Amino acid sequence: MPATFARAIVVGASSGIGRALAVHLAREGTLLALVARRQALLEELARELEDGGERPVRAYSHDVTRHEDVPALFQHICRDLGGLDLVVYAAGVMPHVGEEEYTFAKDREIVEVNVLGAVAWLNEAAQRFARARAGTIVGLSSVAGDRGRRGNPVYCASKAALDTYLESLRNRLGRLGVAVVTVKPGPVATSMTAGRNQVPFLVSAEEAARQILAAARRGARVAYVPAKWRPIMYVIRHIPSVVFQRLNV
Amino acid sequence: MTALPPDRLERVEAWGRATGVMSWVYRPSTVDGVREVFALARARGLTVGLRGAGQSYGDASLNAEQVCLDLSRTDRILDWDPAHGVIRVEPGVTVRRLWQYVIEDGWWPAVVPGTMWVTLGGAAAMNIHGKNNWKVGPLGDHIVEFELLLPSGEVVRASREQNPELFHAAIGGFGMLGCFVSLTLRLKRIHSGLLNVEPLAAGSLEEVMALFEERMPRADYLVGWIDCFARGAALGRGLVHQANYLEPGADPEPERTLRVEHQELPDTFFGLLPKSLMWRCMRPVVNRPGMRLVNALKYHVGRREHGQRFRQSHAAFAFLLDYIPNWKLAYGPGGLIQYQSFVPAARAAEVFRGQLTLAHERRIVPFLGVFKRHRPDDFLMTHAVDGYSLALDFQVTEAKRERLWALAADFDRLVIDAGGRFYFAKDSTLAAERYAPFLAEDRTQRFLALKRQCDPEELLQTNLYRRLFAGAATSARRVSSSARIAASTS
Repeated sequence: MPATFARAIVVGASSGIGRALAVHLAREGTLLALVARRQALLEELARELEDGGERPVRAYSHDVTRHEDVPALFQHICRDLGGLDLVVYAAGVMPHVGEEEYTFAKDREIVEVNVLGAVAWLNEAAQRFARARAGTIVGLSSVAGDRGRRGNPVYCASKAALDTYLESLRNRLGRLGVAVVTVKPGPVATSMTAGRNQVPFLVSAEEAARQILAAARRGARVAYVPAKWRPIMYVIRHIPSVVFQRLNV
Repeated sequence: MTALPPDRLERVEAWGRATGVMSWVYRPSTVDGVREVFALARARGLTVGLRGAGQSYGDASLNAEQVCLDLSRTDRILDWDPAHGVIRVEPGVTVRRLWQYVIEDGWWPAVVPGTMWVTLGGAAAMNIHGKNNWKVGPLGDHIVEFELLLPSGEVVRASREQNPELFHAAIGGFGMLGCFVSLTLRLKRIHSGLLNVEPLAAGSLEEVMALFEERMPRADYLVGWIDCFARGAALGRGLVHQANYLEPGADPEPERTLRVEHQELPDTFFGLLPKSLMWRCMRPVVNRPGMRLVNALKYHVGRREHGQRFRQSHAAFAFLLDYIPNWKLAYGPGGLIQYQSFVPAARAAEVFRGQLTLAHERRIVPFLGVFKRHRPDDFLMTHAVDGYSLALDFQVTEAKRERLWALAADFDRLVIDAGGRFYFAKDSTLAAERYAPFLAEDRTQRFLALKRQCDPEELLQTNLYRRLFAGAATSARRVSSSARIAASTS
C-alpha cells in the first residue's frame, strides 16, 4: 500500500471530515481536487491549502445530486490531475428528523446524497481503477449503518446501503489490486453533531481524518473511527432484534 | 461536455514498466481512421500521443490522461520491389514482419535495433540505430521518402529532394510533427542467411574501445557487452562481437539459410525449458549479488571463446533482446530504465569510466551494459555523435527511485560537459533544464518552429515532449481551460 497518495479527489470537501481529509492530504503533498456544492467555501479552502504548499489545489463546484454530470466531470478532474490514486466520497447529509416525522423530501435528499451520489462517483472510480489495476476508494459510511435505529430511519438505511455497495465493490475489485475502504466513524465534532448533547467518544474531524488516511494507506477493509467503536458495534450488531427494539437508541 | 467511453481507457506502460499512465486508446487501421481520432481529440480539447509497439524504454509514447493513438493496426506492406530492394510500408509494420517478408528474396533491413518487435513508424520517429551505426548511419539514412499526415488532415510527401527540412526533422522527430502514413525504405542485399561472427574479450573499457577502433575498418557490425560490476583495473571489461556479411558464394546453401524458419530463434532453452518461462527463472537472480555473479560468469565464459569464429543467422545476431520473451518482468514490479548516452570518441572513456565509478560509489550498479560506435548524421534531432554510446539498464524500485534519478542527473552533467547527447527512445530521466545544452539552441528552435508550422495547436504531444520542451506551458493552459469547462458544466 502507498505511503502517500500522489493524486486524490475528495468529494464533499468543503466541511466536516471531508475538509479535514483535504487538509491532511495537502499537508502530505498530495495533488488535490476538491469537489463540493458550496463554491465560496471550496475556493476559500483551496486558497488556504495552496498557501504555504508547493502544489496547486483544484476546486470543482458540483452538486452530488446531479448524478448525470459525474462521468464527464470525473474524467476532467483525472485529466487535470494527470492521473488518480485515491478517491474519497465524504459527502453526506443527516438532517434533523423528528421522532414521528416521515418527510419524504428529506428522506429523498438523504438517499440522493449519501447513496446515489456515492454510487455515481465511485462507479466511475471503480471502472478506472479496475482498468489501472491500482487505486484506493474510500467511502465514508457511519456506525449508524450497523443497525436500524429509531432516530433517523433513512439515514441509517442510507449508510447500510453504502456499506453493502462498498463491500460489493471490494469483492469485485480486490483481486485487481484496488483497495476499497469502508470507514465507519462514530460521532465526529462537525456541523452534523453540533448542538447534540451527551455525544459518546466524540473525536475531532482532524483526528478522524488522520485515522481514515491511515486506514486507506494500509488498505483496510472496514475501519471504525475511533477503533474502540469496533467491539462496541460488534456487540450492538449482535443484540437480538426483539431486545434492540426495546432499547432507547 | 460528454464523457468519453470508459472502455477506451487503458493503462499504457513505458516498455521498461517504470512509468505507466492511463490514456484513451484508439487503434485505427486507416488514414481516415487516424484523421477521425485527430478530430475527436480536437473537439474535446485533448492532445494525441502517437504509439507504435510501445518499445521505447521511457515515456516517448505515453500521453497521460489524453488520447493515445496506437498505430499497430496500420500494418500493410504497400509495395515491394525485390529487384531493387525498395519497400513501401505502413507505419505499424514491425521490423519482424519486414525481415520475414524480404529475406527469402535476399534482402535484410539495413538498420535494425536489438528487438524485432518495434514498428517502422516508431523506429523512424526515433531514428533508431543498430550495431552498425558507425558504418551505415541510422534508419533515417535508409528511408527514401515518407508520407506524413499533419494534424490538419493534410498528407505531405517528404524526401531528400522534396521538403528536405521536414524529411530531416520528422525522422527522429519523436512523433511531434505528424503521423507517418507510409515509409519507403531501401534494404541491404545479402547473399546468405548467415553472418560470420567473432567473439572477443577485453579486460577493461580501454581495451574494449581499442578493439572497436581496430575492428571498425573491416567489420559490418560491432557490439560490446560490459560487465558493469567489474571495478579497479577491470572497470568496463567486456565482450565484443564482430559480425560480417558473407560474400557471394561463401554460403554453400543460401536458399536454405535465407528461409525464415532458418532464422527463427528457438522456442526452448537446451530443447527443454520453454523460453516463455525463462523470465520467471531469472527473477530470483535479478538483484545486485545475483547479477554480479551472472555478469562475472558471462565474462569468464566469453573469455574462453575469444577468437573462436562461428556463423550465426541474421536474426539470432541482431535481436539479442528477443532471446528471452518478457525478460523485463524479471526486474520486478518497479521495472527498469535504460540510461544511454552518446559521447565524442575523445572523451568517451573518461565519461563512461566516470559513470561506472559513480554507480559503484552510490551502490546502484546497472545490471546490463551495452557499448556501441556511432557517427554523426544529418537529422535535426539526432542523438548520434562521432563517438561511443554506453547503454546501462537499471532496476527501479520504490526505495531507490529517487536516488537513481539523482544518479542519472549526475551522469547527465558528465555527458553534457563532454559534448554528448541523449536518445529519446531510451530516456526517462532527463529534465528540461538539463536538456537545453544537449542540442544546440538553434536546432531546438528550428524544430519548434517546424512544430508550430506543422502542428500549430500542439495537438501532438507526449509525456516526453511535455517533460523536455516548452510544451509544458501549453499543457498547463489546456489543463486550466478544461478545469473551467468542468466548473461551468457543474
